[in-house]
Amino acid sequence: MTSSSTLESAAAPEVAAAPRVPSPRRRRPRIHTSPPWWFALPAFLMFAAIVAVPTFTGLGVAFTDWSGLGEIEHIVWFQNFIDVFSDKQALGSIRNTLLLTVVIVIVQNVIGLLLALGVHSRVKSRFALRTIFFAPMVVSAVMISFVWKYIYNPRPDAGINGVLGALGLDWLQQDWLGDPEMALWSIAIIVIWQAAGYSMVIFLAGLTGIPEELYEAAMVDGATPMQRFRHITIPQLAPAMTINVLLSLTGALTLFTQVLTTTGGGPGYATETLSTIIYKEAFIYGNFGYSAAIAVLLTIGVSIVAFTQLRIMRRREVD
Amino acid sequence: MTKRYTFRTLLLEIGLIAAAVAFLFPVYALLTMGFKDAAEIVTNPLGLPSTLNFDNFGRAIESARLIPATVNSLIITVASVGGLVLFGSLAGYVLARRATRMSYWAYMAMVAGIILPFQLAMIPLYRAMVVLELTGTHLGVILFYWGVHMPLTVFLYTGFVRALPDDYVGAALIDGANHWQAFWRVLFPLLRPVTGTVIILNVVSVWNDFFTPLLYLGNSGFETIPVRVYSFVNEYTSDYGLVAAGIILASLPVLVLFLLLQRYVIHGFASGLKG
Repeated sequence: MTSSSTLESAAAPEVAAAPRVPSPRRRRPRIHTSPPWWFALPAFLMFAAIVAVPTFTGLGVAFTDWSGLGEIEHIVWFQNFIDVFSDKQALGSIRNTLLLTVVIVIVQNVIGLLLALGVHSRVKSRFALRTIFFAPMVVSAVMISFVWKYIYNPRPDAGINGVLGALGLDWLQQDWLGDPEMALWSIAIIVIWQAAGYSMVIFLAGLTGIPEELYEAAMVDGATPMQRFRHITIPQLAPAMTINVLLSLTGALTLFTQVLTTTGGGPGYATETLSTIIYKEAFIYGNFGYSAAIAVLLTIGVSIVAFTQLRIMRRREVD
Repeated sequence: MTKRYTFRTLLLEIGLIAAAVAFLFPVYALLTMGFKDAAEIVTNPLGLPSTLNFDNFGRAIESARLIPATVNSLIITVASVGGLVLFGSLAGYVLARRATRMSYWAYMAMVAGIILPFQLAMIPLYRAMVVLELTGTHLGVILFYWGVHMPLTVFLYTGFVRALPDDYVGAALIDGANHWQAFWRVLFPLLRPVTGTVIILNVVSVWNDFFTPLLYLGNSGFETIPVRVYSFVNEYTSDYGLVAAGIILASLPVLVLFLLLQRYVIHGFASGLKG
């Protein structure tokens, strides 16, 4: 209280002082803790310029027959989308992408979970094992794909075929990337090999977050290890599962590098994916409009799958 | 969880080590190939190399031009990740602390951007980059990463700031700091754990990215390591020893970095993605 208030009645200083001199309560500066909105401006401008606006423009391009050069001349409305459904190559790539996605999501997460349970145990080598399983994730998919391309070479005495021969499993030898029936699965193996450790780390984070008391209480109640796993571990891992499935799902739906560097989409069109078709149609054949239409289908697919999955998983997490 | 090392733990250990050995087979294949000459790769494709032959490595350094590619990768990665940390943390702070309808929708748009495949944006963006003469420049690729990785970065920062009490910044403001000072001197240092995660996640994806630099930097002389390796391997496709040596050399920096920082890397990945 300063001298100004001494003139006022002691009983109601605020009211009396209000018209001319700020009351002690009001004089204290009001702190606006919410930061100025323009702090977020650079990030949003970048997001708008690189992601949001081009995505909407791409949606527009999908209704044209633009070649990527010069001006957009014709609006063809839904013709590109109609063409997709009579284009064997495009339909094949949709089929391949869906098959790859189902296999990769399931196998990668099952292996990731098993590895996480393994390295979460008392095993002595657990830290070394974590490093080994996770390491492929930090190496570029380009390098990984080339190594696997050599491993998959059709010679009976080299790579996987050589190992199978040495183990007496000759009947399992394949032309891994050259056989149209096999090539897609060979690519799935590369992706799973690289990404299983990533799933493992996220599951491991989930496992370390489970309170020990839950297990102790269950043991007191006489729950078997299987019951503890079923009723404690699995439900507690739901958030990690959500993230893992979402990541592997979007990754598999947009698979590109591993395909381009191992088979280039071949043999024939056996391993063509939506992403390789989008790339080739735009940058090799110059069909930007058609390519954009396939990209629209991919975007719709990814969005539907991702939002449905998030919805289902979130509901399960709440339970 | 078992507390003691039992017989079952031993079985589990043996099983996991067997899995690790199978898992390491590609690494074994690559390393042994790098030390063999062309003739030995044909006669002895699976075994250990008969001599430690470093010829392939010397030739790979020369013909793969890995050193300039490493410099390009470094410039692009540092600038991209630096910008993401700088702008992403500021945006995350705003989105976490401003409880307006506008900031809610801005946040939702960002989160949707995490899932959105970039294939649709890629076509108009490529055209825009050509028109603005940004193809074949470091800046074009850096701008691309700033936009594409911003959603996940902002998402991570927003989540982290939300979990922090507001008092620190409030105290700094009462002490007379403005918002800019309060952010950089008080809040940003508190964000260190999530900044670590953001750096790790973005360094790994920017350093290893193949498609973007292939599209924007192919044949420009500014290629990053993955693009350089891609064209090198296609040039020397039948010289397996040379190709293997090139891949080993190109992967070494990131692998060494990973082994040095692996505890933080694994922890960062896990905590960052736990949400």
